[in-house]
Amino acid sequence: MNRQHVDILIIGAGPAGLAAAIAAREDGIESLLVLERESNPGGILRQCIHNGFGLHRFKEELTGPEYAQRDIDRAKELNIDIECDTTVLAVSPDRVVTCISREKGLRFIEAGAIILAMGCRERPRGALCTPGTRCAGIYSAGTAQRFVNLEGYLPGKRVVILGSGDIGLIMARRMTLQGAKVLACVEIMPFSSGLNRNIVQCLNDYDIPLYLSHTVTDIQGKERLESVTVSQVDAQRRPIPGTEMVFECDTLLLSVGLIPENELSEGAGVQISPATSGAVVTDTFETSVPGVFACGNVLHVHDLVDHVSNESFRAGHAAARFVRASQEDKAFLRVEDGEGVRGTVPQMIQLHPQEAVTLMFRPSGVFRNASAVISCGGKELLRRKAMIFTPGEMAAYTLKPEAFDGLDGSEPVVVRIEKGAE
Amino acid sequence: MKNTDILIIGGGVIGCALARELSRYEAKIAVVDQAWDVAEGASKANSGIVHAGYDAVPGTLKAKYNVAGANVFPTLCEELGVPYRRCGALVVGFSEEDRATLQELLDRGVANGVPDLRIIEREELLSLEPNLNPQACCALLVPTSGVVSPYELTFALADDAALNGVSFHFGEEVSAIEHDAEGGFVVHTSKGEWRCRILVNCAGSSSARLHNQLSSHPLHITHRRGQYYLLDRPKEAPFERTIFQCPSKMGKGVLVSPTVHGNVLLGPSAEDIDDPLNTETTQSGLDSVMEKVRLTWPKVSLRTNITNFSGVRAHEEGGDFILGAVEGCPRAYEAVGIESPGLSSAPAIGKALAEQIAGEQHLPAKAELAPYQKPAIPFREMTPEEQEKALVENPLYGNIICRCEVITEAEIVAATHCPVPATHIDAVKRRTRAGMGRCQGGFCSPRVAAIISRETGIPLQDITKNGGNSYLLTGTLTKEAEGREQA
Repeated sequence: MNRQHVDILIIGAGPAGLAAAIAAREDGIESLLVLERESNPGGILRQCIHNGFGLHRFKEELTGPEYAQRDIDRAKELNIDIECDTTVLAVSPDRVVTCISREKGLRFIEAGAIILAMGCRERPRGALCTPGTRCAGIYSAGTAQRFVNLEGYLPGKRVVILGSGDIGLIMARRMTLQGAKVLACVEIMPFSSGLNRNIVQCLNDYDIPLYLSHTVTDIQGKERLESVTVSQVDAQRRPIPGTEMVFECDTLLLSVGLIPENELSEGAGVQISPATSGAVVTDTFETSVPGVFACGNVLHVHDLVDHVSNESFRAGHAAARFVRASQEDKAFLRVEDGEGVRGTVPQMIQLHPQEAVTLMFRPSGVFRNASAVISCGGKELLRRKAMIFTPGEMAAYTLKPEAFDGLDGSEPVVVRIEKGAE
Repeated sequence: MKNTDILIIGGGVIGCALARELSRYEAKIAVVDQAWDVAEGASKANSGIVHAGYDAVPGTLKAKYNVAGANVFPTLCEELGVPYRRCGALVVGFSEEDRATLQELLDRGVANGVPDLRIIEREELLSLEPNLNPQACCALLVPTSGVVSPYELTFALADDAALNGVSFHFGEEVSAIEHDAEGGFVVHTSKGEWRCRILVNCAGSSSARLHNQLSSHPLHITHRRGQYYLLDRPKEAPFERTIFQCPSKMGKGVLVSPTVHGNVLLGPSAEDIDDPLNTETTQSGLDSVMEKVRLTWPKVSLRTNITNFSGVRAHEEGGDFILGAVEGCPRAYEAVGIESPGLSSAPAIGKALAEQIAGEQHLPAKAELAPYQKPAIPFREMTPEEQEKALVENPLYGNIICRCEVITEAEIVAATHCPVPATHIDAVKRRTRAGMGRCQGGFCSPRVAAIISRETGIPLQDITKNGGNSYLLTGTLTKEAEGREQA
């Protein structure tokens, strides 16, 4: 099997993954890999061609692709390795990532730390249990956005939008600009879940009515959508009989909420919060699985990408600290057999042991009036004389933790027997 | 005018099981269906249960074919590579009155030859199924009940039939049937005319209408719609077995069942409707399902609901299957009123009907049959070693198209080239499961559409959800699709 190791592996090259990667590289993490299932980095920003991104972070108004490009450019400057067209299939609790791509096949990558940055997905019709037929012409707003902005196709001409989330509002304007008639935007709550600026710029500016406290209660159409029924709802969000309005339309766009995409996280054993549908994390964005971090919309759904980026920078720094700390933990003094010595155990000593360390070995021959000497570089850690060393008797010497002070691991600890004067 | 020896009307599980069995004989066989794929009627929208055979009254055709069909399911599904699992079932009683019903079912089952049936008491019941309503008092335990993917079974039957020469014709609705001068038939469809020597009516909800054109003994089918909820694959299955409530005259009642793919199915409702093609779901129908589901599973939550659907079963007033030669109409055969346990019975019905037709019409058996190509194991079910091997042979396995269900480009491409090929989104979905997961195609449907277009040569903007006029796109940003003016 194809196995490799990296210090930090980041799943997703959307705004969260890119920011986390930049932060970790700026902290000096050399061994860093970003995996992205799409053919290009940038995530959902690639299809968000409207402006309004980056006001907080860059103090200017960018389109989605422009915002993403800044991070992509920075990642390039930093020589960050982003592998596209690569899908992660599984993450194990001991931080082994299984991934697949056409070019490199199936791979297993061990990571010192993992940053989960998979983003979120849209809730489908099934989540609402909306009755009616299962005809063509019902899309989540993001799917329609992809068709229009990335592939150049129009998914419909007469449109009703259910839900007033930002993507739905943005698509109301986008479809209008492409010549479609947007008949209504329907929101079950008495308030919109979108940004106020989007209500003004995407609905009001185009005279698209927003029906608050309304929902779609029926969907009709044998093959392609023909009409939807919209009803007012009461305070318990139950449809009020007698308030039905029928809109003849060929397209229904759903903008009814986003759910963090945590299947991989759950597979790794990460604890998920029922409130956010994202991981439960510490102040450093570390999940319940040590060394696995989460940031961006996979952690909780954000309003603005600027906030995603800022959170993800912090997660990237935290993962870098985690890797460093564990590298220090994992830094060892190698123990080598010197002259007259065979099979010293242990072979490795922690750089900063907390307790006394006993080294055991067998002499390789019979030595009289000799000394066991344990040294590292130029420093002698221990010297003990003995009347006789023989292979039949294991020798054992204990060193206090202080004996290792000042060693950095660049030189091995050598155990040898120094012959005495005959 | 198209000519064939045998024309099978209806490409559901019965028509396809029959087509496969008949393809073993020397005859030119065609299947016509009004929809744009096989399994588009009740065969795709049912509970997917392979019933053990305790429910049907002894001596009926339902009893005979259910037990015979259920017995061949394990080997048939193995042979065809169709997902099937013998998960067992419980028919749960909540009162002493129910206990009497369970005893009756047990007696029927014993009479029908169903093995290992027994009535269990509350304590054992709750230890088997801890999520069951603790008010349950007893249950009929049915170890030989199973679950199958009903549409995947139909695809496999159709593919095997097609490999052996059967042709499939979609979007072709039969309007009228006449006798021709040679004792055969002229069948008028929405696409033209067929001339055939032998006619078989497997038309499901339309089967009584066609029967009444051929026979002076009219039949009447009631269209009974059943609505369902399908929940996402849970981390732990709430129920190991299919859980039925006691049956009523409207059917086997509302069940809670694991599907063969690990989802949870809730339903069906039972409402009699006029239009058999009206497969919409309704608030009242869905509410009626939930009300009954709560009796079985008080802690049910719809948080993980991923879709709702409905199917229409063909209930003939006589209450039994009507199978065999059409009385008073030589060379015409039929399978009418095939409702539950129709799926369980399908393999046995197909075989019996084919043998009858071959015998009576003197069809010689073929000397040799085309070997069936089992579909490849789904990528997600392969071991890492098998995945590596598959990738070496076909790098398209390295491209995951459906994230929720982990379906690769290789599998989607294969679906577009199988003997009865998938040419629209839903056809790919049902063959591969791409789009069957929790995002319901939100991510993958544009990609699947592009692959279908590339593999079949159909322009992207002519790709449909489910054939016919169910187009996905209305035009490009610069040019509207031709002929799709707003009605």
